[in-house]
Amino acid sequence: MIAVLALFRRDLAIAWGAGAGPAAPIGFFLGTVALVPLTMDAQRASLLESLRNVGIPVIWIAAALAAFMILERLFQADLEEGGLEQMLLSPAPLEALVLAKALALWIAVGLPLAAAAAPAAIMLQIPAASAPLVSIAVAVGMLAFIGAGLVGAAAAAGIKRAGVLIALVSAPFFAPPALFGAAACEAAAQGLGLGTPAFQLLCGIAVLAAALGPIAAAAALRLQAE
Amino acid sequence: MKLIVENLALERGGRRVLAGLSFEARAGEFIDVRGRNGAGKTSLLRALAGWLRPAEGRIRFEGEFEPATSMHVLGHRDGVKSGISLIAHVRYWAGLFGADPAGSEAALERVGLARIAKLPARVLSAGQSRRLALSRLIVAPRPIWLLDEPLASLDEAGRTMVAELAAEHLKSGIVVAAGHDPLGVPPASVVTL
Repeated sequence: MIAVLALFRRDLAIAWGAGAGPAAPIGFFLGTVALVPLTMDAQRASLLESLRNVGIPVIWIAAALAAFMILERLFQADLEEGGLEQMLLSPAPLEALVLAKALALWIAVGLPLAAAAAPAAIMLQIPAASAPLVSIAVAVGMLAFIGAGLVGAAAAAGIKRAGVLIALVSAPFFAPPALFGAAACEAAAQGLGLGTPAFQLLCGIAVLAAALGPIAAAAALRLQAE
Repeated sequence: MKLIVENLALERGGRRVLAGLSFEARAGEFIDVRGRNGAGKTSLLRALAGWLRPAEGRIRFEGEFEPATSMHVLGHRDGVKSGISLIAHVRYWAGLFGADPAGSEAALERVGLARIAKLPARVLSAGQSRRLALSRLIVAPRPIWLLDEPLASLDEAGRTMVAELAAEHLKSGIVVAAGHDPLGVPPASVVTL
């Protein structure tokens, strides 16, 4: 437990220290979202309505892409620098250490990105009253994305420029949270709040992904150490 | 406590790097592993750590202890993160290895880095980075040390320091070190690959 906390604290310190941090993925997320109205035909009479129709899918696609981006370096740096080998010498199980890394990533990058989803939602014509609910759903969705992407990130840790590979390996696992996350946001935008089955399913998927992801990722990392 | 290697053969990338290797190490013994580049020194240490499965033969540990949590491995890569401070590294390692982080400052002092404890690790030279990695061995006492070219990048004072640390550790522990320069402590046996 001490080992898990130590790793959690270190990863938070690295994320918030110089270098990494949430700025790049959030910039990527907002930049992607901001391109959508710019690329739509402004002459069309129904522009705002069209924006409103694509708004939630765009937010979820951008969040999923940002998740691929942050997962790429999660284990790669530790593998290259020799930190992963040290983790194998810890009394804590590797699964628990991977979970600590995943939670640190979620808190350091996933939650700030989810906060940025609220202004993004307003930009995309989603009712302002529902924007905080979109943020909450994206926060849960980011946990699901990170959990679901762990195994891909672990399997690709030894490969340079593995982003595309992680996307390929993890895409099937990203579908359920994206599906139910978008459905939950749609219901929230219609004024139904977050008490909907879609949001409950999203939460269930997030817990499942955060629980199973580290187990699969730890197995993949043990192979990488050889 | 005893480390026993029996008729060990190892393969890297489908190629046999060493075969028919047998040796033993008891508490207080230093095993000096020698061999030209590519002879399999690193592979041997990785196998002892449990990270490389033997192609033949076996590695056994005798005594009441869990091998993986009773050893330190100092490899080519120091496991140092550029973005966090030196003292944060040592505290992290203490936690990771289940030791008391209270000894972190003393460990940095021992490897001669106390003066720059609060600086981020990106400012370190290769030799200083190696010194930082050595602080792991001090902050979390473990009976078995596997050292892969421990003297690499170290200056004269650094090499003396490693010799002192090894001599101190050999009062009760085991040291297996691979390298091209003498470690500065008398080996119980020399294993030539």
